[in-house]
Amino acid sequence: MDSLSKLDEVKTTPWSGGREPWSIEYGKIMMWFFLVSDAFTFSSFLIYYGAQKFAQPTWIDADKIFQSIPGIADHGQPLVFVGIMTFILIMSSVTMVLAVEAGHRNSKKEVVKWMIWTILGGIAFVGCQALEWTHLHHMGFWFGTNPATGLTDPAAISAALQPYFTNDISYTAALQFSNLFFTITGFHGFHVTVGIILNIIILFMVLNNTFEKRGSYLMIEKVGLYWHFVDLVWVFVFTFFYLI
Amino acid sequence: MANHDHTLDSHDAHAHGEGMGVKRIWQVFGILLFITAIEFLVALGFVHHWQLVVKGPALYAFYVVLTLIKAYYIVAFFMHLKFEKKSFIICCSIVFIFIIYFIVLMLIEGGYLLNHLQEHPVYPNK
Repeated sequence: MDSLSKLDEVKTTPWSGGREPWSIEYGKIMMWFFLVSDAFTFSSFLIYYGAQKFAQPTWIDADKIFQSIPGIADHGQPLVFVGIMTFILIMSSVTMVLAVEAGHRNSKKEVVKWMIWTILGGIAFVGCQALEWTHLHHMGFWFGTNPATGLTDPAAISAALQPYFTNDISYTAALQFSNLFFTITGFHGFHVTVGIILNIIILFMVLNNTFEKRGSYLMIEKVGLYWHFVDLVWVFVFTFFYLI
Repeated sequence: MANHDHTLDSHDAHAHGEGMGVKRIWQVFGILLFITAIEFLVALGFVHHWQLVVKGPALYAFYVVLTLIKAYYIVAFFMHLKFEKKSFIICCSIVFIFIIYFIVLMLIEGGYLLNHLQEHPVYPNK
């Protein structure tokens, strides 16, 4: 074979054209690229949280601020409630991936079943978050405020914030914690809410036989990617806000 | 997985999500649950209740490693990335180099500000 006929040879490698190099459907690739960019947003939030923590001489103790189980115990139970929330979200992630798996088998009935469980899990999670926010709000934490807001006497500020600190007490640190907690969990909760809405839309499309007619349940996979991403973000939020 | 890019029949290889059967899903769930359980055992038991471990950089590093393992399992199996083409995996993950750089940058910056711009009052805790 001389060099000329080598040039004429039809190339068959993945990136030579005429085929999909990744063999992933366009919409799914775009979902991935959106999630990568969304991961950047969440990373920036969490990195700023870390930078604030490094810049403050003291910080709120997660074991002391997250102590309530709404309806059961007002304080003295650190991490238990967030444990329930984490379990709910992991569980709903599993039901989502089971819906995707059922979609691969074109089993409409199972897709509907698992989608409903996923939606219920999402609603339960957002509900828990609402309870958590309400509790913190009652203690005096909110965007731009903490329990010592409005006080001027150092002793009074110190006394108001004492329950939440193990080391030294700082009004600024408590304020930064409050702002960042509500911003980051709020942004995450917003994502969960959007995910629930998307899941409900997809559920109705399944019930409407849209995907049955289309011959593929690929849309379940796309919305599933988004839902798992929300779970992924929670894994990080949980570590940086509740554990560390 | 490595040589799939170079085979002609790779087009159909992943069309129906091979590798993520129901059994595998519950396996991954079990791993995630187990790691979370360890985190709670350490945080609630060793740190809070029995006070055997003191909060500090070593413990935080331990939590972060467990978090990254969980993240790997969610992305690789639940999001199915492990079973996509290698070039796609690289495409979606290499960009996080910027995030690693940003983490290093911001934490160094934060540490610097602690020693140089700390003007807020700090009250001793009793």
